[in-house]
Amino acid sequence: MKFVLLFVETEQFERDLAAMSQPERDRAYTLAGKWMADHAGKIRGGNKLSPAYTATTVRLNSGSEPVITDGPFVEGKEVVSGYTEIEVADLDEALKMVSTWPGCPLVEIRPLEA
Amino acid sequence: MSLPSRPSAETDTASSHAELARVVRDYAGRLAAVLVRVTGDFDTAEDLVQDAVLMALQRWPIDGIPTRPDAWLFTVARNRGLDVLRRQDNYRAKLARVQWPVQPEADDRLRLIFTCCHPALPRPAQIALTLRVVCGFTTAQIARAFVVPETTVAQRITRAKRKITDAGIPYRIPDPDELSTRLTQVLAVIYLLLNEGYLPTARQTESRDLLDDAEWLTEQLHQLMPTEPEIAGLLALIRLHRARADARFDAHGGLVLLEHQDRSRWNRRLIEDATRLLERAAQQHRPGPYQVQAAIVACHTQARHWDDTDWEQILLLYDMLLHLAPSPITRLHRAIALRYVAGAQAALVELDALACELDLYHLYHATRAEFLRALGHPHQARAADQRALELTSNPAEQALLQQRINWT
Repeated sequence: MKFVLLFVETEQFERDLAAMSQPERDRAYTLAGKWMADHAGKIRGGNKLSPAYTATTVRLNSGSEPVITDGPFVEGKEVVSGYTEIEVADLDEALKMVSTWPGCPLVEIRPLEA
Repeated sequence: MSLPSRPSAETDTASSHAELARVVRDYAGRLAAVLVRVTGDFDTAEDLVQDAVLMALQRWPIDGIPTRPDAWLFTVARNRGLDVLRRQDNYRAKLARVQWPVQPEADDRLRLIFTCCHPALPRPAQIALTLRVVCGFTTAQIARAFVVPETTVAQRITRAKRKITDAGIPYRIPDPDELSTRLTQVLAVIYLLLNEGYLPTARQTESRDLLDDAEWLTEQLHQLMPTEPEIAGLLALIRLHRARADARFDAHGGLVLLEHQDRSRWNRRLIEDATRLLERAAQQHRPGPYQVQAAIVACHTQARHWDDTDWEQILLLYDMLLHLAPSPITRLHRAIALRYVAGAQAALVELDALACELDLYHLYHATRAEFLRALGHPHQARAADQRALELTSNPAEQALLQQRINWT
């Protein structure tokens, strides 16, 4: 069964990351890289996204012109920062995998439509 | 042909309802477990069982409970299945080959419980699903038990079943490394049933006794996982509550507080059994919140009179409980024990620290009223009782509080 993991960053997480020394930050990235490597057999693709300020949202209204706005589609303190597609047996396997993720503090698990 | 006898009095109706509920509960979950295994489809299997249960509730009061209720339910569910699965040949063929009796393996029933209580489902859905799938409640019975509209319950169940299928919630027993956290979820669901069942409501003849169902579920779990001390702890807790159930109400259905209960009406045999169960669980040296809560109740039951209560031991157990599972409600209960160890003034100080967190909890104010009264502040006590009265919608509790406001 295929799922997409949506990695979500919070303001606090960004602040914490910014406050780290370079060696600390390197270590955090190494841990995330190691997690990816550990689960390589189940990962089918994915990417880190560029920061939220680069996002552009288009709202399509039938009849009128699309409305283009700066920023992500949800105004909030939580921003999707990356995604990974995985293939595992069921939700429990995905949950187990995600529970060891060393990066951002929120992960949404969403199955792909069969 | 003999006509079934018509129930003559309300008690007959009540006892036949209880009997019906018991039989349905004994078999519905097993049937669901079998059908999920056979069809591989949780949603369909659950629908078939529900149809069979509804049919039974319609027919059995008229025809009487069949000699083989399990075979009866199975036949109805199977025929219905062959009917609705017309377009799904693979399920249909499998179902057609099944002959009763098929014994579900113990594991099938555990799988069912763990799936219903999966953490990816919201708590109200876990409760509704467990009652319906494992205990054979109808949607209407769940709605009555929790005083919510039937459509709400139906919607919760539909959404939960859709999520189980579409989100890939597995139908299996969690791995050993997940088991303890997942078991916590299951026990939390049962504990909520216990709380709901323990609420001092006048017994409605039509509604099922949630306490009964909570005990039954825990018994099943205990049989299936006999070495889990927290399951035994919860089972002991439920039985200790049941042992004292009769003494909680007077002849007019009024609530009687522990202090004033006629302890000769407690079921001593049940208390002894539950206490032994708890002692056996404790020998594993894996304490948990349910074992400790049961130990607190056990401590109360050991006192022949209110004045013999070992409050120091109870206070100690509350400290342990707070350490295992911190909660403002537990601190409130601890404050009550503290009153009898260190006096009402010390206990009141404890309570005041909880003012923010428990301001909307009626028992917080009712307890405060008792302490204030003990300290000689009747006016403040009455105001606190008044506040408690505003916050509870339970008739038995309202009556008791109103009495206190009027008489003291």
